[in-house]
Amino acid sequence: MLLEVKDLETEFKVKRGTVKAVNGVSFEVDKGEILAVVGESGSGKSVTSLSVMGLIRDPGRVAGGEILFNGENLLKKSTKEMQAVRGDKISMIFQEPMTSLNPVYRVKDQIMETILTHTTMNKKEALKRAIEMLDLVGIPAPEQRVNDYPHQMSGGMRQRVMIAMALACDPELLIADEPTTALDVTIQAQILDLINRLREKLGMAVLLITHDLGVVAETADKVVVMYCGRVVEQATVEQLFTKPLHPYTQGLLDSIPKMDEDRERLYMIKGIVPDPIHLPKGCSFADRCDKCMEKCREHMPKLSVTEDGRKVRCFLVSDEVEGE
Amino acid sequence: MFKYIIKRLLQLIPVLFGVSLIVFFLMRVCAPDPAPIVLGQHATRESMEEWREANGLNEPVVTQYVDFIKGAVTGDLGTSYYTKAPVTKEIASRFPATVELAIIAIILAAIFGIIIGVVSSVKKNSIFDNGGMLLSLVGVSVPIFWLGIMLIILFSGILHWLPSSGRIDPSLRPDTVTGFMIIDSIIQGDTVALKDAVVHMVLPAVTLSLYSMAIIARMTRSSMLETLNQDYIRTARAKGISEGKVTRKHALRNAMLPVTTVIGLQLGSLLGGAVLTESVYAWPGIGNYTVQCIMKSDFPVVQGVVLLIAVIFVLMNLIVDVIYAFLDPRIKFEKKEV
Amino acid sequence: MRKKQQVQTTGEALEKPESQIRVMWDTLKKNKAAVAGLVVILFFLFLAVMGDWLAPYDPEYSDMGHTFVAPCRDYYFGTDQLGRDIFSRVLSGTKISLFVGVAAVAYSLLIGTVLGSVAGYFGGKVDSFIMRCMDIMLSIPSILLAITLMAALGKGLDKAIIAIGTVSIPEYARIVRSSILSVKENDYVAAAKVVGNSDRRIIFHHILPNVVSSIVVRATLGISTAILDTAALGFLGMGVQPPMAEWGDMLGRARTYIFSAPYTLIFPGLAITLAVLAFNLFGDGLRDALDPKERV
Repeated sequence: MLLEVKDLETEFKVKRGTVKAVNGVSFEVDKGEILAVVGESGSGKSVTSLSVMGLIRDPGRVAGGEILFNGENLLKKSTKEMQAVRGDKISMIFQEPMTSLNPVYRVKDQIMETILTHTTMNKKEALKRAIEMLDLVGIPAPEQRVNDYPHQMSGGMRQRVMIAMALACDPELLIADEPTTALDVTIQAQILDLINRLREKLGMAVLLITHDLGVVAETADKVVVMYCGRVVEQATVEQLFTKPLHPYTQGLLDSIPKMDEDRERLYMIKGIVPDPIHLPKGCSFADRCDKCMEKCREHMPKLSVTEDGRKVRCFLVSDEVEGE
Repeated sequence: MFKYIIKRLLQLIPVLFGVSLIVFFLMRVCAPDPAPIVLGQHATRESMEEWREANGLNEPVVTQYVDFIKGAVTGDLGTSYYTKAPVTKEIASRFPATVELAIIAIILAAIFGIIIGVVSSVKKNSIFDNGGMLLSLVGVSVPIFWLGIMLIILFSGILHWLPSSGRIDPSLRPDTVTGFMIIDSIIQGDTVALKDAVVHMVLPAVTLSLYSMAIIARMTRSSMLETLNQDYIRTARAKGISEGKVTRKHALRNAMLPVTTVIGLQLGSLLGGAVLTESVYAWPGIGNYTVQCIMKSDFPVVQGVVLLIAVIFVLMNLIVDVIYAFLDPRIKFEKKEV
Repeated sequence: MRKKQQVQTTGEALEKPESQIRVMWDTLKKNKAAVAGLVVILFFLFLAVMGDWLAPYDPEYSDMGHTFVAPCRDYYFGTDQLGRDIFSRVLSGTKISLFVGVAAVAYSLLIGTVLGSVAGYFGGKVDSFIMRCMDIMLSIPSILLAITLMAALGKGLDKAIIAIGTVSIPEYARIVRSSILSVKENDYVAAAKVVGNSDRRIIFHHILPNVVSSIVVRATLGISTAILDTAALGFLGMGVQPPMAEWGDMLGRARTYIFSAPYTLIFPGLAITLAVLAFNLFGDGLRDALDPKERV
C-alpha cells in the first residue's frame, strides 16, 4: 500500500470555536491507482490533501490519526524530512493555475527549482529536464516556452506547467486538488486526459480531489465520498455509479444532468451544509436526507464494510453506531 | 522602454513650469519687499530704489518671470542678493552634503525598514512584530528635530561618543573632488578624515532615516503579509522548499515591488526632510542654507532650490517606475508580446 | 484556508444586521491601541480647554530673576531662558497645536473636497487641469512648500494654518476625486438609479457615506501631520509670533541651551510626540474599523 490515511483529524481554530474540518477520515491509495475524493466545498477534501502534504498552517493543525506513506508516518516526520518528501515523493497541483505560479520568475526557474532542491543534477541538466517535462505535458516549442513568464501563458498552459513541475522528480503520488475546476470545459478534458496518460506512463498514483462526479467517472479507479469532514461512502467507480448506497451519494449522482433522461428539473439535494461548529448530534446529513429516520438524528452511523468490500456510513445499510 | 522614458521626461516640462510659476508668484508677488531686509533697516529710500533697479525688481512681474525662465532654461538661476554669486554655484557647493546625508539615510532606512517589516510579517503577532510596529509608530510620530536634539543630548552631551554638529573637523577636511566627504576621503586614502566624516554622519543619518524607516517597515510588513497568502507561496511550499527560502526567494521578491516605490518616494522626500535635520546638526547642506535664505529674503536662491528639489523629486518618480518595470516582468512599456 | 473563510462568511450571515457605525464602534472598542489613542486625545482636549486654568503661572510672564531653574516642586518642568514656567507654557501650547492642527485639516479638507469633487464630477479638461495643479504641488516636498509659503505670507497663527493646510490639499482632492469616480461607476449607484432614486438621495445615501469614511480616516491622520508641521515651522522660527507658547517654537528658541539646560527641550518635544502618537493610533484604528478588507 502506497498511502494509508488512518483516522485523520484536522481542526481549525476560529473565533467562534474549533472546526473539525477532517474528522476521522481513513482511506488507502495503491501504487499506480487513481483515488478520487469527492464532496461539496467544505466537506474537508482539500484539507485532507493539504494534511497529507503537511501544509496545514495556523490556525489549523492535524489533531490526530496517521498518514502512512510507504509505511512511514508522515505526521512523525520533522519539518526538514517533510520538505524532502514534498515535491519529490509526493507532489501537488492546485485549483488556481492563474495564481499558483510565481509571477516574477520564469517558468524554467520554477521547474528547475524543484529539480535542484531534490536531485543532485546541475543547472544544465536541470534545464534539460525542465524542457523534457514541458514536452511531456504537451507544451509546444518547450525550448522557447521555458523562458516565458507565467503571465505570458494561458490558464491551461499554466496548469500544464504546474503538472510538469509536480512530476519533475518522478513522484510516487500526485495530489491534484480540483485541477480542472478553474479551466474551460475543453481544456478540462485535455488536462484530465494528460494526468491519466502520465499516470500510466510514469506509474504514479493519483489522489484526485474534486466536486465533479463527471471527472471521477472519467478518470478514477476508486472513490471516497466525503461529507462534513467524514467519509460517508467508499467504493470502486463501477460500484458507485451502478449502485450508490448512501443517500448523499445518490443525491450527488441524481444532480448530474443526463442526456438520455427527459426530466422537468434537475434534482437538487435540499437544504444546505450544516454549520461546521454546531454539527447535528446524529448523522450530519440527516437534515437534508429524504430517507431520514428517527435514529439518524440521535446517533452517528459507523462506516461499515459491506459484503462486496464497499464502505458506507448509513443506517439503511448497517445498524452499527459510531464509537460503539 | 526608451520611448516611455522620453515621454515621461516631456511630461515633466509642464510640471516644472508650474513649480516655477508657484515659487515665483510666492516670492515676488506675495512676499514682502526684500530691499529693507537685504540692505538693513537704516538703508535710505534712494539706495533701496537703486538696489531694486539693479536686481530688476522694478520691471513688471511678467517680464521678471520671463527673464527668470529664460535664464533657467540656459542654466542661469540668477544671483544671490547677498553674495552676488550665481545661485547655481551657491547650490552646487552645498548640494553634495545633502545628497550624501540623504543617500546614507535612505540606505539605513531601507535596510532596517525591510528587516523589521519582514520579521514582523513572518512572526506575525509575536513580540518581534509588536515591537517592530511600535518602533515604526514612534518613528512616524516623533518630530525629527526633537529626536535629533535628544540624540545630541544623549550621545554628545552625556556620553561624549559622537559630535553634535558639522560634517567633519575642519582641520581634517580632505580636498574636494566629488564633494562627498566620505568618498573624497576614501579617494585620497585619508583614513583619519574618513573616520571623522563617518562619525559626524552617524547622528544626522540616523535621525533623518527614522521616519522613512518606519514607513518602509510598515509597507514591507503589509506587503509581505499579502504576499505570504498568495497561491504561489503554497506552491513553493508544496515543492519542498525550506521555509526560509520561501520567504526570501518567493515572498520577498514579490513583496518588494510596492516597497521599491515607497523607497524611491522616500528618497525624494528625504531631500525635503533634510531641512529640519540639517538645521539641528548645523549640517552645511542645501536645506539648512535654504532656511537661512528664506529668513534673509534671498529669493533667487530659494527659487533655485525649490526648482532643483522638484526636478529631483519628479525624476525619482520616473526612476522608481523604471526600476519597477525591471523587477516586475508583467509590466512592459513596449508593445505587448505575442 | 478556504475552510476558514467559509466559516466566517456563514457566521457573518447569521448575525443580525447592525448599523455600520455600530459595527465600526465595536471593532474600534476592541482595538486597545486605538482606545488608548482616543483617551490621550480626550486628555489633550481637556488640557486645551482647561490649560489656562490649570497652569500655575502666566505662560507668557517672564521672571528674569528665575531663569533656567531645573525642574523642581515650584516649576514642574523648570523655567526657560526668560524665566517663564515651562509647565505652564506646555499646557498653553496644547491649545495652539490642537487648534492649528484641526484648523489646518479643516481648511485643506474644505478646499481639497471642493477641488476633488469638481474634478471628479465634471471630468475632462477641468479634471485634468485641477489634477495637474495638484501634481505640481505634490512635486515640492511638503515641508519645503510650507516654509516657502510662510516666507511669502509672514509669521502668525493664521498664516501657519494656511501654509500647513495648503500643503495637504492635493491629498484630499485625490481621495475625494477617486472616491467620486469609483462610486460613479459602481454597480450599486447604477442599481439605485435603476430603482428610481433621486440624484439627491443617491448622493446622500450612497456616495457620501463611502467618501466620508476614507476622508475621516485621512483627516484624523492628517491632524497628526499638521501638528508635526506646526512644530517644525515653529522650530525653524517661522511659526507663531512671540511670546506665544507654541511647542515647536519653544524648542527652536531653547536649542541654544541644549547642553546647559537640556530639560528646557525635553517636555515640549514629549508633548508633540504624545499628541501625534495619539492621533496616529486613533487614525490607524479608525482605518482598520472602517475598512472591512483590513478587518479580516
